Amino acid sequence: MEQFIQQLVNGVSLGSIYALIALGYTMVYGIVKLINFAHGDVFMVGAFIGFYSITILDLGFFPALLISMAACAIFGVLIERIAYKPLRNATRIAALITAIGVSLFIEYGTIYIRGAQPEAYPTGIVPLKSLEIFGVKISGQSILILAVSIFLMIVLQFIVHKTKIGKAMRAVSHDMDAAKLMGINVNNTISATFAIGSALAGAAGVVFGMYYTKIEPLMGIIPGLKAFVAAVLGGIGIIPGAMAGGLLLGVIEALVSAAGGSLWRDAVAFIVLILILIFRPAGLLGKNVREKV
Amino acid sequence: MNIFTKAKGFWGTISLVVIFSVVTQFLINGGTLNSFYVNALFSIGINIILAASLHLIIGITGQFSIGHAGFLAVGAYISAIVTMKLGLPFPVAIVAAGVAAALAGLVIGIPTLRLRGDYLAIATLGFGEIVRIVFLNIDYVGGASGMTVTHLTTWPWLIACVVITILVIVNFTNSTHGRACISIRENEIAADAMGINTTLYKVMAFVIGAFFAGVAGALHAHNFYIIQPTNFGFLKSFDILILVVIGGLGSMSGSVIAAISLTIISTFLSNYPEVRMVIYSLVLIVMMLFRPQGLMGTKEISSFLKMGKSAKGGVQHDGKNTVA
Repeated sequence: MEQFIQQLVNGVSLGSIYALIALGYTMVYGIVKLINFAHGDVFMVGAFIGFYSITILDLGFFPALLISMAACAIFGVLIERIAYKPLRNATRIAALITAIGVSLFIEYGTIYIRGAQPEAYPTGIVPLKSLEIFGVKISGQSILILAVSIFLMIVLQFIVHKTKIGKAMRAVSHDMDAAKLMGINVNNTISATFAIGSALAGAAGVVFGMYYTKIEPLMGIIPGLKAFVAAVLGGIGIIPGAMAGGLLLGVIEALVSAAGGSLWRDAVAFIVLILILIFRPAGLLGKNVREKV
Repeated sequence: MNIFTKAKGFWGTISLVVIFSVVTQFLINGGTLNSFYVNALFSIGINIILAASLHLIIGITGQFSIGHAGFLAVGAYISAIVTMKLGLPFPVAIVAAGVAAALAGLVIGIPTLRLRGDYLAIATLGFGEIVRIVFLNIDYVGGASGMTVTHLTTWPWLIACVVITILVIVNFTNSTHGRACISIRENEIAADAMGINTTLYKVMAFVIGAFFAGVAGALHAHNFYIIQPTNFGFLKSFDILILVVIGGLGSMSGSVIAAISLTIISTFLSNYPEVRMVIYSLVLIVMMLFRPQGLMGTKEISSFLKMGKSAKGGVQHDGKNTVA
């Protein structure tokens, strides 16, 4: 039982990282209907910016987190402006291929610049104590991850539902043309979406580095894909869905690892994806939309 | 054989291919071509088969599949099992690899081909990953350390497979079934309304594409001495995708030209793998920004998948754009 709860806690920590990345996927997909493959690499860049801020600039965890989020926000907007904006009216496949190209470019550009060797994240920058609740030991890092993710998700909910830009984002994702007619600056709104999503990915990168202590230029691929699975699981384009999907996927993976299938862990996410696409393509929280001819 | 020979320039092309392959064989035997060029030639052949098979799925039928390395992996491993574990001859392995990959295509195609566009892309990507992880976890085929395979891929086998692949796919494209597939690419709903069994044709194209990817897998496994699950990750799928996209979605000749030229480029850049990937990705982005139809696909691509928006003119695809 204790073992089970322990795994559950691990799963929730991992899941909240997935959820943070998935939010960026789902927001971007909701607004421009593009699977932003480069999102996982923004996550990687965030992890590296956090790493360099801690080691070279000698900053603490929270300043590093903020710098990483800000830099990733700018990076995300740059990607959108350079690569995706000219393709807004192109075919979906052209946009998807561009996204793949951007993703490969960031990965191998990073390898080209700094080499492929991994880096060890500095530990002990935040004094953490582990908690013991009902005999279950919860590490300080898990609590930190959870706290940071929940805080960011609350901020995101606030931005989306209570601010002007959030309202514009919801309007554009509902109907881009109508939003344009209503005087909403669609380009800025899309850029803001990329900025917010990328900032969350950057935060996820720093938190991931703290938790797993090893970062490398290709680290974004698998978490990125899994976060996309999480977004689809929750219903793509739906913000609470991404959170729920991320947490659920993290828990499922942790339970599979606990059941002895740690080598199969990566396959589980994709099996979940194929099952959800076959049986409930709109996702757990999504509604089925009838296709118009 | 009759339908093959009817195609324009069939015998001319075949005799050219025969002359080319005989001459190359002599050059290889005589040692004029060193192993570097021989390896490049073999890679080109395998990549042509892969590009042609993915061209059928993406270019002709319009189903955006990015898990093609999964079929390659199935073919490679099944053929390796057939020759190394069961001790059967190489031709059996090629056929077995194709059939196994086709079965995998059938199993994955029937449920996922109900999905469209992005969702299909992600589902096939997931399938490719699952295949890789399954082989990673089977000790019978060596797990993560991989499986050693003897070198059995010879030049005549390679050329024969390339020619058969291109012939079958070109003829399929020009047949009734191929036309049905093109109609699905152009507008699936309209094709459905015209009484075309879209699911059947999508699965058919998928299975044929998977079959030839499996054949390529057999050639690949028996060419590179060792197969490892890491060789068949999604980067491999993207490598194949790049060939089809740069060649022009819907253009067979484009896929073949892209397979030849990109393989040559990447062979010369093989000492600098990062540079190669940076260049690949930049080419991909720039291509999509300035020439989204690819090198060869000109008019046939403008109406590609623009559902309900094909005001610029109808389908322009004609078989004359294709080689062989």
